Amino acid sequence: MQRKRAKGKAASPAVATVVVMRLYISGNAPNSVRAIANLDAICKEYLKDGYKLEIVDVFEQPARALAEGVIVTPSLAKVSPSPAVKVVGNLSDKGNVLLALGIEGRAG
Amino acid sequence: MKRQQRMIPQPSTKLPTGIEGFDEASGGGLPRNRTTLVMGRAGSGKTVFSLQSIVNAARQRREAGLFVAFEESTSQIAQNAATFGWGLSALPKSKLFFLDAHLSPTVVRSGEFDLTGMLAILKAKKEEMGARWIVFDGIDVLLTLLQDPNAEMREIYRVREWLSDNELTAIITAKLDGRTLDVAPYGFMQFMVDCAIRLERRLEDGVSVHRLQITKYRGSGFAAGEFPLRIGSSGIEVTGPAPAEIRHTSSTERVSAGFERLDSMLGGGLFRGTSTLITGAPGTSKTTLAAKFAESACRRGERTLFVSFDEGADAITRNLSSVGIQLKAHVKSGVLRMYSGHTEANGPDEQLIILRSLVREHRPRCMVIDPLSAIAKAGALGTARDVASRLIYMLKDAGVTVVTTSLIQGDDPEVEATELQISTIADTWINLSYLVRSGERNRALTIVKSRGTRHSNQVRELVLNETGPMLTDVYTAGGEVLMGTLRWEKEAEETVRQKQRRTEFDHKKRELQFAEADALAQITALEIELQRKRAELALYSHHDEARSLSSTERNTDLRKLRSADPVAHRATAASLGNGRAASGSPNSGKKKTRKEARDAT
Repeated sequence: MQRKRAKGKAASPAVATVVVMRLYISGNAPNSVRAIANLDAICKEYLKDGYKLEIVDVFEQPARALAEGVIVTPSLAKVSPSPAVKVVGNLSDKGNVLLALGIEGRAG
Repeated sequence: MKRQQRMIPQPSTKLPTGIEGFDEASGGGLPRNRTTLVMGRAGSGKTVFSLQSIVNAARQRREAGLFVAFEESTSQIAQNAATFGWGLSALPKSKLFFLDAHLSPTVVRSGEFDLTGMLAILKAKKEEMGARWIVFDGIDVLLTLLQDPNAEMREIYRVREWLSDNELTAIITAKLDGRTLDVAPYGFMQFMVDCAIRLERRLEDGVSVHRLQITKYRGSGFAAGEFPLRIGSSGIEVTGPAPAEIRHTSSTERVSAGFERLDSMLGGGLFRGTSTLITGAPGTSKTTLAAKFAESACRRGERTLFVSFDEGADAITRNLSSVGIQLKAHVKSGVLRMYSGHTEANGPDEQLIILRSLVREHRPRCMVIDPLSAIAKAGALGTARDVASRLIYMLKDAGVTVVTTSLIQGDDPEVEATELQISTIADTWINLSYLVRSGERNRALTIVKSRGTRHSNQVRELVLNETGPMLTDVYTAGGEVLMGTLRWEKEAEETVRQKQRRTEFDHKKRELQFAEADALAQITALEIELQRKRAELALYSHHDEARSLSSTERNTDLRKLRSADPVAHRATAASLGNGRAASGSPNSGKKKTRKEARDAT
């Protein structure tokens, strides 16, 4: 199961960059399900269309997860803009996620 | 079903770790397809233990394994492992796979997570490689990240389920200190595993003591107690338990104790594969005696190991050469291995492990440890005693004939029993002491005991000269064995007495020779006399014959002339001839003939 959600390109010229993310989950483990929901909410609220998210199910693509250094699930990797950041957990702590993604200021 | 099986693992279902001593202590290794927990503080050797096991499995039995490192990065681990010379880099990736599960400190935490993803990755890798082993090294680091006791418990349970589903022989290491040992989740972890091992490094009397203890082994017996452990140049070595049953066979073969006179005191020498203890005060030449044993073994071409402490091998060989013991050539030929250790550098445990690996390397038939008491120098006495007896048993098992020395202060070995109590396990005990008498100190040698041997009970004087140690002849006076000058005096006295005896004998012999010669001379003189008499007799007989013949002729002539009766004449001549023929002995003949001759005239 691989879900790709590319919610458009850079939505408005005002938002300079698109946030590219990858979320590693393990099937429908409770934490993984929660992480998807939490991230969805954050993206909807703060990024609108200015992001690109790929969800990788480790059950289906273990080799890829291995290659990308995933150890625990769920974990979220911000690929760009740099710096690359990793967040582990079900993303229930919204503040930490926003901080890691560098999108704190956009809410306003 | 599965769970029931797990409860009763068969003894045959063990996989050896290949770690020296551990497989003996655990009765064969780690439980196959079960989980083993290795606990210990930082630096107690958990990572080395687990890595060594998995590397050995890959190298020796081609069993593939996964190594999941939570604490250190895999490059760090590889670097550390490289120092042990296990040829880790030569192992193909298909046999040993490292997963760097070490979370970078820059990782942001947000909410709960679990290990399902990691386990999925590992399962895929396991199936790809056909792995049979897995190590989770430093699982405590991961658990700490969970920051929730319930989550910790849940994840441990998850790992356990995963392991049993995947039929992997697993080693989980966890860094613990005294406080966390019995606290959840570690208490639960100890319960859930089939085998639990504790590694501990602590200070005892100022010496680092490193121990391994098996605290649990489900469905299997194991050696209880703490076992000395050492991380040496080739990894972990554990000193396994001393066998409860003594297995070594006893030999009736005798090995020279060094020189003939000592051998005869021992009833022919030492039995092969036995241990001998030489005790004595400083300077009583314990080393020399032990070295003589080593030298005689080398001369027979038997591989020999000479272990000494706190003195360089060079200095020892030099000192020994001054008393006629030449070891250099034997070192050169490889028969003799000299090892000189530092007592302060290592605790008793480590000394034991070092000596064991030396024995394994050199494979000696004879060995000297000079002094055995050196291993008690650093560290607790109880440990040292234990180590000393383990060492002796190990050597006996290996069939090594060993001579050890031990320093004692004082003169009475019975009272002054050696610190290590080694005298109880030594088969032969030779005590050297100084006897002070008549203003001299002389070395005295006594055999306190020698199992299975009718040994001499005499106190003998030991002297050292340029040809080595020597036992002098025994001189006793008033029930005391004489030594030193007293012995020398006695020896000199004996020599004088012997000389006297010899002179007397010579004198008597000569006298008798004279008498013999005299008698012979008399015999010769008589012989000559006899010859003379015989000659005389012969002369007389000749004359007589001549005379009687001439008178007969004359008578005949006269008769012829007178024309007398010839018959009467013939009768006279015949009676004369008969009388001569009857005379048997010359003497009687002589007399007769003389008489006849006279009558005839």
